[in-house]
Amino acid sequence: MTAVAVAEAHDHPHGIRRWFLSTNHKDIGTLYLIFAIVGGLVGGLLSIGMRLELQEPGMQYFADGHGFNVFVTGHGLIMVFFMIMPSLFGGFGNWMVPLMIGAPDMAFPRLNNVSFWLLPAALSLLVISLFVEGPPGGLGAGIGWTAYPPNSTTGHPGPAVDFAILSLHLAGASSILSSINFITTIFNMRAPGMTLHKMPLFVWSILLTAFLLLLSLPVLAGAITMLLTDRNFGTSFFVPGAGGDPILFQHLFWFFGHPEVYIIILPGFGIVSQVISTFSRKPVFGYLGMAYAMVAIGVVGFIVWAHHMYTVGLDVDTQAYFVAATMIIAVPTGVKIFSWIATMWGGSIEFKTPMLFAIGFIFLFTVGGVTGVVLSNAGVDRSLHDTYYVVAHFHYTMSIGALFTLFAGWYYWFPKITGYMYSEFIGKVHFWLSFIGVNMTFFPQHFSGLAGMPRRYVDYPDAFAGWNLVSSLGSYLTAIGTVIFFVGMALAFARKQKAGDNPWGAGATTLEWSLSSPPPFHSYETLPRIK
Amino acid sequence: MADSHAKNHDYHLVNPSPWPFVGAVAAFIMAVGAVRWMHGANPIVAIIGLVGVLYTMFMWWRDVIREGDEGDHTPVVQLHLRYGMLLFIASEVMFFVAWFWAFFDVSLFPDDPLQASRTAVTGGQWPPVHIQVFDPWHLPLLNTLILLTSGTTVTWAHHALLKNDRQGLKWGLAATIALGLLFTAVQAYEYTHAHFAFSRELANVPPEQQGNIYGSTFFMATGFHGFHVIVGTIFLIVCLFRAMAGHFKPEGHFGFEAAAWYWHFVDVVWLFLFACIYVWGSAGVDFSAGH
Repeated sequence: MTAVAVAEAHDHPHGIRRWFLSTNHKDIGTLYLIFAIVGGLVGGLLSIGMRLELQEPGMQYFADGHGFNVFVTGHGLIMVFFMIMPSLFGGFGNWMVPLMIGAPDMAFPRLNNVSFWLLPAALSLLVISLFVEGPPGGLGAGIGWTAYPPNSTTGHPGPAVDFAILSLHLAGASSILSSINFITTIFNMRAPGMTLHKMPLFVWSILLTAFLLLLSLPVLAGAITMLLTDRNFGTSFFVPGAGGDPILFQHLFWFFGHPEVYIIILPGFGIVSQVISTFSRKPVFGYLGMAYAMVAIGVVGFIVWAHHMYTVGLDVDTQAYFVAATMIIAVPTGVKIFSWIATMWGGSIEFKTPMLFAIGFIFLFTVGGVTGVVLSNAGVDRSLHDTYYVVAHFHYTMSIGALFTLFAGWYYWFPKITGYMYSEFIGKVHFWLSFIGVNMTFFPQHFSGLAGMPRRYVDYPDAFAGWNLVSSLGSYLTAIGTVIFFVGMALAFARKQKAGDNPWGAGATTLEWSLSSPPPFHSYETLPRIK
Repeated sequence: MADSHAKNHDYHLVNPSPWPFVGAVAAFIMAVGAVRWMHGANPIVAIIGLVGVLYTMFMWWRDVIREGDEGDHTPVVQLHLRYGMLLFIASEVMFFVAWFWAFFDVSLFPDDPLQASRTAVTGGQWPPVHIQVFDPWHLPLLNTLILLTSGTTVTWAHHALLKNDRQGLKWGLAATIALGLLFTAVQAYEYTHAHFAFSRELANVPPEQQGNIYGSTFFMATGFHGFHVIVGTIFLIVCLFRAMAGHFKPEGHFGFEAAAWYWHFVDVVWLFLFACIYVWGSAGVDFSAGH
């Protein structure tokens, strides 16, 4: 084709062609971000529903435990698959990986779009599952995000669980395809001169996340296919009376599930590295150590899965192995935490909103990491398993920890993506309300858990009342913070204050800041060269 | 170049395409229809969804082939396609890990004292008591030889293509397809002669003849492999049609290579299935009495 024909063929599409038939990484990234906001609102409302119920002992709003379990399940699945992953991996990954490596788009632009559109299809299936029969006489799947049999098989004979299973199949296909796309893009499309060891840490984090998804999700697909055939076609995988083994499902699930928690947090690690470096006006401390710490976390993350299963009757040697392997993950994680602190050390620090969220993340993740080492002990876990201590631990790491990296990335790249500046004041109010709110929500859950309060129950003895009230009040405060966030965004779009190419100054050194805000439709018609 | 819109790189910026959106909608319809079907409704919705998915795949890959003809597949884009296919196969390998895991979970520990009900089914041994397994050195060995031979015929086709021997390419592909279909036929014949059941919910069958974990692991592992053989065969049939239409050049024929890679992957999975489920999984069984 001639140059003119190329220019016409790749002209700026509009309307339906732009938003439904897109092959542009930025538009698809925007779709992912919008989708994640929708997912986050639904998942967040479900959690507020749970905290309303648990605000005081006794049954407040739910007629029975099943309804509560459906909320737990919906909250978990939506937050993992339809909020955190679409925003950190799909949204920011799509927007920023090509910009940061100096590529004009992703390697497979059309595949990129199907990765996105499978997600609304998957979410629709999950929403349908809420309104069809699960257990006899009850609506929805109350199986937890882990979907253990026999509760997910004989416990829920209705079609709700089948809808949830196929929802996970579609979401998994989406993630596998986007992982193939990211790995190919990052390996083949780096601008001339950008070696792997010069690549921004956010790109490293997306590369490793993609590998974790590619290798772990198919195992989940196998496991939930076994669930499906056990439920509908008479197979015996998880049926003890026919020689099957319910623990097999737990092994398969957590072989995926443990890498999944790193899938959730690794992109956040990448964002925090960019943000801390930018607002400290220093290159990240120990760049290679930071990159290979993520490699180590990714690799070791595949061989620690049974620490989720200490109470199922694993033999003691197996438990000892998983304790040791799990504790080893604290080493590369510690490398990251201390390197972020060392990056700030002696830096010219600006406490802009992204920086506040990044520092907030370091605090939250350190708390969650420390309780993780506590839980990694099989002996200690014997008494803490399935208590609120575990709920507190994983929310500090993969929930609010990941959420704070998400907000750090959001405020950091909002000017680049939209071209507008947000209100620093409102951003800071949002941060402080969120920071106080999430700690108020989840820190008391350590106490409830240590006192023995079990997870996934609609009611509890009066003895747990006090900290549950604090926890519920904290969640309302967080919700108010979220409203402030939307007010801030609405104001930013209303005021249209131009951000400029690089609002963050000399600390922002990655390639996306060399482009206009928002960047041109095809970022680099001529590839940049990296010295 | 003066034109600011001119692209000065070899990457392929794909035009907007309806297929991703259409495919996702079709997948949604197929999923809804599948659940309806599994719960007793007719399969019409699932079939509509399936047709939509197949139509999407056809149109999408037709577009890819046309873009290749128009010169969009520069060397770097061909490299993308190679990476994409290899990574896809890697994910497929991990899918089979799940089924092997299920197999070894029970076959390595048929007498686990913690799982008394399992021991009651297996009799504390593998293969379980009451299960009359296939003799690996009969039909399974034949199928192994069929697939290994098909690996050589696809290589014959590849070498013919590289030497621009179009007849050799077509005959090599045709032989591979024939062997693939033969494998599927033998597998189907074997399934119909199994002395163990798939389902544990069979009507009018005494308990000891109901399906158990042996049939589940055997049929699902070999069944998913069989499904992949069928997909690989279709992929090769498409390649044969394309070869007859004059596609593929000695210097560029990624569509063919992807089919060959996929075929070898299917072949290797079979070797593991044969070694683990058929041979090792029947160790100690005396087949001399015959069936």
